[in-house]
Amino acid sequence: MSDLESFRVETREWLEANCPPEMREPVRDEGDVYWGGRNASFKNDAQKAWFEACREKGYTVPEWPKEYGGAGLSPAEGKVLRQEMARINARPPLSSFGIWMLGPALLHFGTEGQKQRFLNEIADGKIRWCQGYSEPGSGSDLVSMQTYGEDKGDHWIVNGQKIWTSYADEADWIFCLVRTDKQNKYQGITFMLFDMAGDGVSTKPIKLISGNSPFCETFMDDVKVPKSYGDDCPAYVGEINRGWDVAKYLLGHEREMISGAGGGDRTAAIGAAMKRNAGELDPVLRAELAQFDVDALSYAAMGEKFLDELKVGKGHPAQPNMMKYVGTELNKRRHELMMAAGGSRALEWESEETNGGKGARSWLRTKANSIEGGTSEVMLNVISKRILDLPGA
Amino acid sequence: MPLYYDDDQAMLAETAQQFMAEEGAIAKQLRHWRDRDCKDGFGHGLWKQFAEMGFTGMLVGEDDGGLGMGHVEAGIVLENIGRNLTPSPFLSSSVLAATALKHGSDDLRGRWLPGLIEGEKVYTVAIDEGAKHRPETIACKAEKSGNGFKLSGKKDFVVYGASSEMIVVAARTSGSDSDADGITLFAVPQDASGMSHDSVRLVDSSMASHVTFEGVELDGDAVIGEVDGGREVLNAMLMAGRVGAAAEGVGVAQGAMDMTVDYLKQRKQFGKLIGEFQALQHRAAHLYSEVEIARAVTIKAAQLLDGGSEKADLMASVAKAKVAKAAGLAVKEGVQMHGGIGMTDEYDIGLYMKRDRALQEFLGDQYYHAGRVAEMSGY
Ligand SMILES: Cc1cc2nc3c(=O)[nH]c(=O)nc-3n(C[C@H](O)[C@H](O)[C@H](O)COP(=O)(O)OP(=O)(O)OC[C@H]3O[C@@H](n4cnc5c(N)ncnc54)[C@H](O)[C@@H]3O)c2cc1C
Ligand SMILES: Cc1cc2nc3c(=O)[nH]c(=O)nc-3n(C[C@H](O)[C@H](O)[C@H](O)COP(=O)(O)OP(=O)(O)OC[C@H]3O[C@@H](n4cnc5c(N)ncnc54)[C@H](O)[C@@H]3O)c2cc1C
Repeated sequence: MSDLESFRVETREWLEANCPPEMREPVRDEGDVYWGGRNASFKNDAQKAWFEACREKGYTVPEWPKEYGGAGLSPAEGKVLRQEMARINARPPLSSFGIWMLGPALLHFGTEGQKQRFLNEIADGKIRWCQGYSEPGSGSDLVSMQTYGEDKGDHWIVNGQKIWTSYADEADWIFCLVRTDKQNKYQGITFMLFDMAGDGVSTKPIKLISGNSPFCETFMDDVKVPKSYGDDCPAYVGEINRGWDVAKYLLGHEREMISGAGGGDRTAAIGAAMKRNAGELDPVLRAELAQFDVDALSYAAMGEKFLDELKVGKGHPAQPNMMKYVGTELNKRRHELMMAAGGSRALEWESEETNGGKGARSWLRTKANSIEGGTSEVMLNVISKRILDLPGA
Repeated sequence: MPLYYDDDQAMLAETAQQFMAEEGAIAKQLRHWRDRDCKDGFGHGLWKQFAEMGFTGMLVGEDDGGLGMGHVEAGIVLENIGRNLTPSPFLSSSVLAATALKHGSDDLRGRWLPGLIEGEKVYTVAIDEGAKHRPETIACKAEKSGNGFKLSGKKDFVVYGASSEMIVVAARTSGSDSDADGITLFAVPQDASGMSHDSVRLVDSSMASHVTFEGVELDGDAVIGEVDGGREVLNAMLMAGRVGAAAEGVGVAQGAMDMTVDYLKQRKQFGKLIGEFQALQHRAAHLYSEVEIARAVTIKAAQLLDGGSEKADLMASVAKAKVAKAAGLAVKEGVQMHGGIGMTDEYDIGLYMKRDRALQEFLGDQYYHAGRVAEMSGY
């Protein structure tokens, strides 16, 4: 047996022994996933047991190095673990912007001190992070952002406003783009890390069309951000005034994540499930579902290829933009079809049968997929320019 | 297995790309033969060169003198065929007929494989009966007669049929037309008496036959596989052919897209390169995405087929349907974005549109395969 095959066998056994049956149920609402953080609580014992087993094993962040809280898995082993988790429908033991976004940025740009501290905190679910990029006047044109950090020697005084900050009201720390040089558009932004419990940071939830309010306005009024948190642990990632490089790098990860390239719900075929729920399918709807399934199963193959190539540095560096564009548009289409197949039942907003209008709320929430993390139009601009090399794009 | 080419495959891709761009180029092959009204629709010289390159017998097992490669490798050759619109019996001979012959007796393989590997002979398959691909129904009959069979009926869309030294024919030996069982495959030689071709040129300049069998006498050793057990061989052949056609379609899509993106960088209107207009940029970027995905699912299907996975059949249909969508988009956007010049015979983009149209139909179009995906998924 090859190493990889014996790893698969071991993993299967470990999952069998450690993943409680409750954690193999589909995720029904946000509380079904553990996000960690200072104020976090577990929904039930199974969630706690599953999280703790994974944390012990390094499986909250399986491919990070062991010294930073991961399990040090190779890309191939990581793929096996994902496949085996998918096989039993295991929920992720821990979700967070720290895992998806800040972590990869620190692994790439961070100092040893930053990695030791922040990565371990993320892996252990101790600190929950949020992402402060967008501002009221700066969405797609992010680099025009104006939240300003005035240099006071050993610290900055930050003033400004962020918006659409997901889970800012539940987060402990923020990674935040702050202008530190007003003369220099691209090379005048610093990627800062600071504690939101400090003076001057406040958040105000915004209600979405889905009725939930997972994002906020985030205000910074004379927030004091020290330049360093101790030995080899600066309060910024990369260099001062070079935060745009970090932000751009991170956007790649964000897009990859939103794209659903890793498989799961977002790439699955749905026709068979729709028929089970709806009974007879209208023939034209059936045809649309079939066309959708062709696209979804093809996209799943693309996701696999994309990740395989990413792990070995093949593939175009701007490819995450393509994945994000297609994956999110596909997800919107999926929910349109699910609503159509669901009929009037799918309209119910609060009933128990619909788990509190889960379908309708998800349908509305997916409309944000092609906006958050860069809109579809912006993705197409990037593909035109960076991949197709079209003029003046 | 990672979903990209391994080192050997990457090397083959490079070789095939270079070879096809030089020897299989549109001016040298497609236009050359078309403009001479060639009744074969392809060049035998190039077929010999395919043999020298090792392409003709790449799917044939090593024991039979082939290279024993898989469908990922055949797909690499086909993608380059598609990109250059190279007219070639590769798909019908080296993929479809070769897959059928894998199930043939020692005698059959010994009789037909060497000629294929040498690039001396060209084979094809006769499956369709009617204008649409419906292999679930086979009415063409082979009745027992003495030690052999008597074949009668009609087949359509037999590509390069009149030029083929042998045709793999799917015929009914028992049961009724739409039964899954009761099919037998026969290797019918070109000189079989009672077989006649109505050979027609198609929109893409390739040739195809309506073949009529009128009591064609076949001896027992013309049977490929088991009598009445041909459905399995037919399915294997269809999977291989569909994945192969998908790979060729990816090449057609890529070729059309490359031409078009190039054109966007050259053509000026309103004092600008037309590639500067966002209305065209977004469509080109969308097209790029679709072509990438079509390639990914095609390689995936080929890997599953090579691995003997039970998912191969489903994914072959997914790939065939997805490629049809992507390539269809590529050629339509290609002609549109070229403006008036895209409508001219002199310009190559229209040739991509024609080849795509023929490939769409070959072994089932996107509607057939999307329907099949639904059925196989249980709805
Ligand atoms: C659910 C959700 C969660 C989010 N979470 C976060 C978060 O945690 N942190 C954070 O910082 N931000 C977050 N965002 C913000 C998100 O990144 C922005 O909404 C996004 O970048 C778009 O900016 P905008 O909303 O200002 O739209 P605009 O940029 O104003 O865009 C409006 C429309 O114009 C189009 N458009 C803009 N520019 C162009 C162009 N050059 N060419 C063609 N079309 C163009 C857009 O595509 C869009 O259709 C979140 C957003 C949502 C919806
Ligand atoms: C069959 C046929 C018959 C014809 N008959 C006649 C005739 O009798 N008399 C005559 O004078 N002409 C005739 N024409 C020419 C026809 O009017 C032109 O082909 C047409 O105006 C397009 O111009 P073009 O071919 O130069 O394409 P281009 O203008 O070069 O366009 C190329 C592509 O760029 C796009 N494009 C161009 N500008 C923009 C922009 N600003 N924004 C977004 N996209 C843009 C176009 O939509 C097209 O997709 C004929 C053309 C055809 C195909």
